[in-house]
Amino acid sequence: MSTPDAVRPLKYVDALREAVEQEMDRDPSVFVFGLDVDDHKCIQGSTRGLLQKFGSDRVFTTPLSEDAMTGVAIGAAMAGMRPIHVHIRMDFMLLCMNQLVNIAAKASYMWGGQVKVPLVVRSMIGKSWGQGAQHSQGLHSMFMHVPGLKVAAPSNAHDAKGCMIAAIRDDNPVVFMEHRLLYGTETDVPAAPFAVEPGKARLCTRGDDVTVVGISNMVQEAIRAAELLAEAGVQAEVIDPIWLKPLDIATIVESARRTRRLLVVDNGWEMCGASAEIVAGVLEAAGPEAGIRVQRMGFAATTCPTSPWLEAEFYPNPGTIAAAAWKLARPDAEPWVPSPERTRLAYQVQFKGPF
Amino acid sequence: MTETSLSPADVSRLYRSLRRIRRFEEVTAEIYPSDRIKSPVHLAIGQEQVSAAICDVLGAGDWVGGSYRSHAMYLAKGGSMPAMMAEMFGKDTGCCRGKGGSMHVIDAAAGVMGSSAVVSTQIPVAAGYALAAKRARAGHVVAVFFGDGASEEGCFYETLNFAALHALPLLFVCENNGYAIHEPIARRRARPDEICSVAEALGVPAWRIDDGDVFAIRQTADEAVRRMRKGGGPALIEAKVYRWREHVGPNEDYDQGYRFADEVVPWKRTDQVERLAAMVEPALRTRIDAEVEAEIAEAVRFAEDSPIPQPKEVWSDVYA
Repeated sequence: MSTPDAVRPLKYVDALREAVEQEMDRDPSVFVFGLDVDDHKCIQGSTRGLLQKFGSDRVFTTPLSEDAMTGVAIGAAMAGMRPIHVHIRMDFMLLCMNQLVNIAAKASYMWGGQVKVPLVVRSMIGKSWGQGAQHSQGLHSMFMHVPGLKVAAPSNAHDAKGCMIAAIRDDNPVVFMEHRLLYGTETDVPAAPFAVEPGKARLCTRGDDVTVVGISNMVQEAIRAAELLAEAGVQAEVIDPIWLKPLDIATIVESARRTRRLLVVDNGWEMCGASAEIVAGVLEAAGPEAGIRVQRMGFAATTCPTSPWLEAEFYPNPGTIAAAAWKLARPDAEPWVPSPERTRLAYQVQFKGPF
Repeated sequence: MTETSLSPADVSRLYRSLRRIRRFEEVTAEIYPSDRIKSPVHLAIGQEQVSAAICDVLGAGDWVGGSYRSHAMYLAKGGSMPAMMAEMFGKDTGCCRGKGGSMHVIDAAAGVMGSSAVVSTQIPVAAGYALAAKRARAGHVVAVFFGDGASEEGCFYETLNFAALHALPLLFVCENNGYAIHEPIARRRARPDEICSVAEALGVPAWRIDDGDVFAIRQTADEAVRRMRKGGGPALIEAKVYRWREHVGPNEDYDQGYRFADEVVPWKRTDQVERLAAMVEPALRTRIDAEVEAEIAEAVRFAEDSPIPQPKEVWSDVYA
C-alpha cells in the first residue's frame, strides 16, 4: 500500500497519464480530446484507462479537423472548461496555428482581460524508425515567439507529471511538448499530485568547465555527453530549462558567467530557434565583459531524412555534443572526440517502430 | 415580406433594437471623419435585422459570437453601448480597455463572446462554448454570426460536422451580403446558392431567407432555438442581406466600380427599420427614437470623457 507522499520509479508515459487522471479526479471541468485518445492504443498508452474511468463525455476522439478542434478547445476553455487537446505528433499542430496564434494567445489581451484560455495542447515529437520529414519536427520556437502562449518541454518522468499538472492548472494556453523516445524512460516520481511550475530551470549535472543547455530529449543526450566529457577531464554543467516559456534565463546566465562557455543543444533547428534565443538572452544579460563563448547545436538545416544512416547525421548525439563542448572548453587543445565505441554505448536506446 | 403574429410589444421591442443599431452605426459614421474613433469600422447598416431577430429569441445564459462586423450582434444581445463606443475611441473604459477596437468587441456579462477579425475563426470557438453549454445541461444555446466569405473557410465545414456529430446547441447564422470585401460570391463559390446544402449534407437543418424579412428570420430562429434547447442539435440560417456602406469605413462606395447603386435600391425599399417604424404607434415610436438618441449621445459623451489608458497598460493581460 503506497502512502500519498510515496516516490517510486515511473515511466514518462505513465507519469503523463497519472497527472491527467489525478487532475480529472480533482476538477470535473478537465477533459481530454483528440484523435485516438480513446482507442486501444491510447496515444502510446498516455491516455490509457481514462475513458473507462471518466466516460466519453470527458474522453473522446475528434474528426480530423485540427483547425476547428483547436477552436472548440479554446471556446470551451473560455466558457469555463479545462480542455487537454492531444496530437500524436507535433507536426499536426501546424494545422492549429491560426486558432492558437490568432485566438488562444491573444484572447486575454485583445478582449481586455474579460476571458482566459486554460488550455493544454499535448503533442509528441517523433524520432527514428523513419519518422522523417513530417513526424519529427520540434516546433517549440514558433510558439515561444508568440506572447500569450506558454511552452513546456519536460525531459523526464518527474517533470512530465509535474509540468502536466501545472499546465492543467494554468489559466493560459500551454503548448506541452513531449518526446516519443522519452516515453519509456523512468525516474522517481511522487505518487501524490505536485506541480513543476514555469520559470525554474534545473541543474542536472554540476561542472565548472562548460554550460550545456539541453531542450526536451536533448537534455538526456547532453547528460550522456557530460559522462563522456568527464572521462576526458571536462566537467559540464547540464541545465534543463523544463519550461521554454516563460524561460528561466537567470539560472543559465549564472552558470554561463561561471563557466564562460555556453553550448545550447536544441531538439529543433538553430535558425530563429530556442538555441538562438537562449544564447542571445545570456549574452545580453551577462554583457561582453563576461567573455562567454557560445555555440548552438540542433537539427541539421535540412528536412529530417528517414534512412537511419542519413538520420544519424541529422541529430546531435552524445558524441557530437561532447566534441563541441570540449572545443568550447579547451579551445587551445587538440580537438577531441570520444571513442566511437563509448559514444555508441552512450547513445540512447534506439526506438523500434512501427510508431 | 410575411405578416407577423407578434404582439405590438414584440414589434416595438424589435423596432427599438433595429433603430439602436442603425443610429449607432450612423452616428459612428458621422463621428468618423473627426478621427476621434481610432479603429477600422465595419458598419452593419442594412444588415441590422439579422442580429435583431436572432438575439430577440435568445436570453441570459445564451451566447453569441461574431466577426469584425459585430456592432449589431453586440448591441442586440445587450452589450454595453458606452463600453463599445469608448473602445472605438481607444479609451481605458472600452470593452477591451483599448486593446481590441471595433473588430474585437466583447461583453461577457451580456453573453457576447469576443469577436474576431480573422474570418471564420469564431465559428469553432462558438462550438466550444456550445460544448460547454451542452455539458452544463441548462438548456442554453450559442449563436454564431458569420458572412458568406466565412462559409468558404475549411473550419466552417469542420465545425458543422463536429456540431452535428455531438448535437451541439449551436445556431449557425450566415449573413450573406454577397461580397467578401469587394469580391462577389459568384466569383468565389462554385454554387453560390448552396450554402445551406453544406449543412444539410451533414444532417444539419438549414433555412434560407432571401428578402431580409426580420419577422421571417425571427420566426425561423425561434423554432430552431426551441428545438436546440431540447437537445435537437445545431441548425443553420442563411439570411441574405445587403451592405449599404463600404466594407470598412463610414462611406458609400457605389462609385468604385465593383458594384452599382441599383443593387441597393430594392433593399432600401424594404428597409426593415422603416418597415417596423411604420408598425409602431406614432407616440411610442417618437418616444423610442428619443430614447435611442439620448442613449447614443450618452455613449459618445462617455467615450469622450473617459481617460486614455496609462502607458503601463500595454503590458497588462498578456497572460491571465
